[in-house]
Amino acid sequence: MGQNFDAIVVGGGIVGCACAYFLSRDLKRVLLIERGPIGGGSTAAGMGHVVVMDDSPAQFALTNYSQQLWMELYPQLNHACEPRMTGTMWVAADEEEFSHVEGKRDFYVKNGLPAEVLDTKSLEEAEPSLRKGLPGGLRIPQDSVIYPMAAAQWLLGQAQLRGCTVMLGQSVTKAKNGEATLQDGTVLSARYIVNSAGDHASSLTPEIKIEPRKGHLIITDRYPGYVNHQLVELGYLKSAHEMSQESVAFNAQPRATGQILLGSSRQFVGWNDEIDRALIAKMVKRAEEYLPSISQLSVIRTWVGFRATTSNKLPLIGFLPSDPKMLVAAGHEGLGITTSVATGMLIADLVAGRPSKIDRSPFAPTSGVAA
Amino acid sequence: MGKTAKFDVLIIGAGPAGIAAAMAASEPGKCVGLVDENSAPGGQIYRALKGQIQNSISSQIKTLDDRGVIRFDGATVYDAPRPNTLSITKGGEFQTLEYEKLILAVGARELFLPFPGWTLPNVMGVGGLQALVKAGLDVKGKRIVVAGTGPLLLAVGDFLKKYGAEVLAIAEQAPIVNLLRFSTNLLSFSSKIGQGISLIGSVGTKIRPGTWVASASGTRALNSVILSNGKTTQELECDYLACAYGFVPNLELPLLLGCAVEDGFVQVDSTQQTSVQNVYCAGEPTGIGGIDLSTLEGTIAGYFANQNDCPTLVLKARDRWKLFSKKLDATFALRTELKELASPDTVVCRCEDVRMSQLVGWESSRAAKLQTRCGMGACQGRICGPATRFLLNWEHGTVRPPLIPVPLAGLETRTSAVIEQPEN
Repeated sequence: MGQNFDAIVVGGGIVGCACAYFLSRDLKRVLLIERGPIGGGSTAAGMGHVVVMDDSPAQFALTNYSQQLWMELYPQLNHACEPRMTGTMWVAADEEEFSHVEGKRDFYVKNGLPAEVLDTKSLEEAEPSLRKGLPGGLRIPQDSVIYPMAAAQWLLGQAQLRGCTVMLGQSVTKAKNGEATLQDGTVLSARYIVNSAGDHASSLTPEIKIEPRKGHLIITDRYPGYVNHQLVELGYLKSAHEMSQESVAFNAQPRATGQILLGSSRQFVGWNDEIDRALIAKMVKRAEEYLPSISQLSVIRTWVGFRATTSNKLPLIGFLPSDPKMLVAAGHEGLGITTSVATGMLIADLVAGRPSKIDRSPFAPTSGVAA
Repeated sequence: MGKTAKFDVLIIGAGPAGIAAAMAASEPGKCVGLVDENSAPGGQIYRALKGQIQNSISSQIKTLDDRGVIRFDGATVYDAPRPNTLSITKGGEFQTLEYEKLILAVGARELFLPFPGWTLPNVMGVGGLQALVKAGLDVKGKRIVVAGTGPLLLAVGDFLKKYGAEVLAIAEQAPIVNLLRFSTNLLSFSSKIGQGISLIGSVGTKIRPGTWVASASGTRALNSVILSNGKTTQELECDYLACAYGFVPNLELPLLLGCAVEDGFVQVDSTQQTSVQNVYCAGEPTGIGGIDLSTLEGTIAGYFANQNDCPTLVLKARDRWKLFSKKLDATFALRTELKELASPDTVVCRCEDVRMSQLVGWESSRAAKLQTRCGMGACQGRICGPATRFLLNWEHGTVRPPLIPVPLAGLETRTSAVIEQPEN
């Protein structure tokens, strides 16, 4: 029997690092185990868009709460995290999409978030590279962008300052009843184990169902000022929500470096990590519909990653019903960078037996298991 | 619109290996393509004045043209979108080329190791400065320090002298014992002896064995360099520093195609075929050996790719030159002092402005890259990748398309080729 820990966090993506960050405020002996580099899985394929999403009350509550937590952390983050208040510009492709913009604005404003409807002219002024004559858009100024891998590392670094230990290059093969078995056979015990293994969470906890959903990213050379906000088509949610085999939506982000990071695609193709050139071509075509000159920009790299996807599109955050020592913090799909810190806070609340600022019940692993 | 051409043999790179491969693979009725990113064939070795073909290869190029070999000059391969298909960009246009057999003769590039001041203007590569002079840079009366390692230092020192430069010193990091042993070895490679003697006659007095550039300084551009032999240092005022630590193979395309790479070189069998069926590799990517070995390997790859047997004489000659290649490696092996040249604030990755101090202390190269973006800039690690492999023992990073920055429109190219099927 190995050392006794208060909590073992399995997985050093941004969600696991956030769990370690908040758990280490309450607990002395926290251990985080990661088999690869910190933030090297889905985190490294995340755009780093910290965004409040209005697609369901639960998702809104989680993203909104998490964004508030990020805003509190931003002044403390180191330079490498590159937090920038770019805002999100939801772009309407046609009048039909534009007709829903006011309702969307009202929802944000009613919930205390600034939101502004832009007409054709003001959209053109705000984003000169967009196609002329688009009906308009919705600006959410409080949304922001960070560099995910550095943010994950920073969260973990803070946890380490509070005494959290980190084990790298080890994978956990089994976790049950407060015992985590490492690949080399070592068994570590803890009062709590958090499964934050992201897209691999199901292999550690088979009763939760998390599937990898592949995404492609494209990054260009440096074009400072080409876009100013994170630009997202209003049809994005449709693409994210359709559990179809394959979907593409326009999503362009200005990086701190002046590079443009271009998404997004969603595919259920298992763990196939090849670059799908046909899909990349679709992404470029889609982007061209909004940014006609983008095809002239130099691309320097394309890559893929996998989102941890649950069947009800919400992350699983909470105790596993079958194991009182086991918590799950996984299944964040395309919102893990945003929702990591709220997830960490909820996990810490659960372990401490505290109430949380938001309703935890929609994320309880039972709902994921039942689906 | 043109038709899709499927090449019987497609050759990437028109340096010594690529030209030799094309000579061996081309015959009437065969569709052979020769792609090179420069505006004229010849590669680094046979680089002529801008856009021209060097005399020593002009008859071979004419032969290839006569045999109907289709040349793609000024074309760069940037992706392998499907099996047996490469994407090239040429003059702002995008095309795909299909092939039955592929010969990778993609050459090597210079190895740059960071030292304080290495990013100053007028600090450049050894072959790099030579290429610039061939492209028209006037070095008459300029004070130049040539430094680094390898036979190229002498050749370029001699070249610069002929163009009127004042070569102040040739700092060769290899110790003198290695150089003496190597010159004895040259006796068994008769073709190299005359060359060596003439170079030593020209710039021999400038050679400083066991010496390297410790730092370079200047306000706006290079002003002086400090040479070190580990015991004493000397400052030399100069206008240019040409510095490179030998060559590293261009592995990007072989890796993208899935060719097995070991100890930094593409693995090939006796027919020059790589671990990927129908993909051959010749020249520097299989081991740095210079023009003679490259030419032989190109010839062999050309024969086998064209499904002909290769004369035994050629195979034997290759094996002999492989020994020469090994001796080169041993002679010019990099000394460990070079790993200590970069100071903590020396920039290692110029694209992302990552300094030496940021790169140490990570548990893996991938962790360091994710956190610092080292090697993720426009050059995709072409410069800092080989340096970090030497300095920090990092492994080669994953190769992801595109191989070179291309307009996004290039990624959209779905349907192939706008080239005409050759007439024969």
